[in-house]
Amino acid sequence: MIKLTRALLAASAASAIVLSGCAATDSASNSEEGAATGETTTISMWSHAAGNDQEIATVKEAITDFNASQTQYEVVLEEFPQESYNDSIAAAAASNTLPCVVDVDGPIMPNWAWAGYLQPLTIDSALEQSLLPGAKGYYNDQLYSAGAWDAALGMLARKSTLEAVGARIPTVAEPWTQAEFDALLAAIDATGDYDYAIDWGNGWTGEWFPYAYSPIMQSFGGDLIDRSSFETADGVINSDASVAFGEWFGSTFAKGYANAAQTGDRTEFIAGTIALQYNGNWAVKDAYEALGDDLLILPPPNFGQGPKIGAASWQFGISSTCESPEGASAFIEFILQDKYIVAFANRIGLIPATATAAEQVPNYAPGGPFAVFVEFSNSYGVLRPPTPAYLSVSTIYEKAVADIINGANAKQALDAAADEIDANLADNDFYR
Amino acid sequence: MKTKLSVGLVLQYALAVFFMLLFCLPLLFMISSSLKDPQAIFADVKSWKAFFPVGDVNFDQYLGVFERLPMAQFVFNSLLVSGVVVIAGLFVNSLAAFAIARLKFRGQNSLLVFLIATLVIPFETIAMPLLVLVNSLPRLSWEDGSIEITIGWLNTYLVQIMPFIAGGFSIFLFVQYFKTLPKELDEAAIIDGASYFSIYWRIIVPLAGPAFATSAILSFLAIWNAYLWPVMVVQTEALRPVQVGLDYFWASTSEEGTQWGEIMAYSTLITLPILIIFVIFQRAFVASVASSGVKG
Repeated sequence: MIKLTRALLAASAASAIVLSGCAATDSASNSEEGAATGETTTISMWSHAAGNDQEIATVKEAITDFNASQTQYEVVLEEFPQESYNDSIAAAAASNTLPCVVDVDGPIMPNWAWAGYLQPLTIDSALEQSLLPGAKGYYNDQLYSAGAWDAALGMLARKSTLEAVGARIPTVAEPWTQAEFDALLAAIDATGDYDYAIDWGNGWTGEWFPYAYSPIMQSFGGDLIDRSSFETADGVINSDASVAFGEWFGSTFAKGYANAAQTGDRTEFIAGTIALQYNGNWAVKDAYEALGDDLLILPPPNFGQGPKIGAASWQFGISSTCESPEGASAFIEFILQDKYIVAFANRIGLIPATATAAEQVPNYAPGGPFAVFVEFSNSYGVLRPPTPAYLSVSTIYEKAVADIINGANAKQALDAAADEIDANLADNDFYR
Repeated sequence: MKTKLSVGLVLQYALAVFFMLLFCLPLLFMISSSLKDPQAIFADVKSWKAFFPVGDVNFDQYLGVFERLPMAQFVFNSLLVSGVVVIAGLFVNSLAAFAIARLKFRGQNSLLVFLIATLVIPFETIAMPLLVLVNSLPRLSWEDGSIEITIGWLNTYLVQIMPFIAGGFSIFLFVQYFKTLPKELDEAAIIDGASYFSIYWRIIVPLAGPAFATSAILSFLAIWNAYLWPVMVVQTEALRPVQVGLDYFWASTSEEGTQWGEIMAYSTLITLPILIIFVIFQRAFVASVASSGVKG
């Protein structure tokens, strides 16, 4: 028995050291962040792009080049998958283990800034000026984040389809009106050649819903929240214009133009079983390769207030606990060079954040097949409400739109959303 | 020997087969989809083909999984964490249960009630306080050839293991089972001069195989499927477990899109250990569930 006890004690002690100590070097990247090691200061960085080989490859390239370009700082990367990245950040903030450089989704940034996760970002003013509006994140009039790209939405169609139903091909200067678009959906439906007239992408969930559908609501004249105070959604998200959007959007499903049970793979447009597809520029490459010159990338319809699309994508920021913000800023300026912006755009298909970089990306250079997305971004881009409440607003809006898609009364769904958002604002003392 | 084929028996078998198919269909869908291209998965989804590996069957999705993430590392991490939690948990929880079920001391019943009460508290409610707690605890670490004390457990295997070794459910399960064993065994052993630990180790443990098997399966399942806690406490890829790995395939708003085929292949790979363990222990598992009156 004594032998057994001794053996157990010895095994326990050895296990404790092995299990707790074997990751010490890994955790050092966060806990020693900003601490000088000799002459070099370690800058820890977290990226949301784990599993996305193309995006992370460019980040790694920039880090390698930055580390080789000077000896004062060394950036150490830790990769996280996008789906759980925000949760990891929240946990790191709670345990005071945030890295120095983070990447942050544009609409989420105000929440992180408000919550104290981020500190204002200082970068070269010429660089700041050169970035597309959607590639910069401001909160309380201060720059908190800057990114290498923006994304844009558009309507994908086959030229042959529009010609077959005698529809006008819209332009940036003259997009479809609501009446034209309604007539087009009805005409396509009447041909009987397609399972559905349009794929709205409702098989995707999460941030896609507010990103994709709130701009349509804004084109109707509605919005998610009162942008003058950010202290109420009542009378805005459930305004007449917003309800008109809800009724119209729901009717496209009720009339059978769109599939309420749409799956997330969105292959039907290329397969030819759905005539139109509302999608982002990141997804257009496959359609272009499949359809070639028959593919049309069209502006979203004008529902009264002009076409609108969501702006802002992933950007880089500096955590509030970063002890070397000047080193972090130096790295962010480094990765926002045209060289890396071009690499990001070529690899992940998003819109380059600067005009000079766009000229070097064949798909987005003037005359390039996707250059029209740059026009959409410049002409129609609307930032999602830059308020810390956005995290809650987006979730509540997603539920309301999902209910509308599934046949709920638009007025009731949006009234409920307004109540819920206002309750959330009050619960959080209006995020002051 | 002849068996009478009554209508009732036929119905019974038909129902059994029906429910077996019902529960097997998701697994069949997952496995067969992992052998198809993503386009084929969605093309087949509205027909019986969804449940069978038909058409262009290949292992491309499995190759994709191994290219996208460090599969072997994730599996190793999960096996290590689950294994240690199960082994340590069996020892700790059964010892605690032995004390409650076989010894006599004041507050015995209150203690059991308290342990059962912990079962109704969702982990999500204690996750944040637990995070703050483990981040302020000391641990031993091996640095520069010597053992040192470091504050904070984040980014270790320890933080994925230690909070889950002791479990109210597991203790309750052991208590229920130990109570079914005759008290006379303990009394005889005491007369022979055995210590309480000897009674536990030499008499109770050998007789409680089904309870150990059930506890092992349920603990392993819980830790193998852990997601929220690893997301919160693991900040480095080298220590990430398999369930967080699923997130690597979700990217609807990227050019690549969500990799449904790879998700199915990955799900198949990470489901296999669970199935194997269940098949190995299923007899003991069923016996324990039947005798302890506890349903997992």
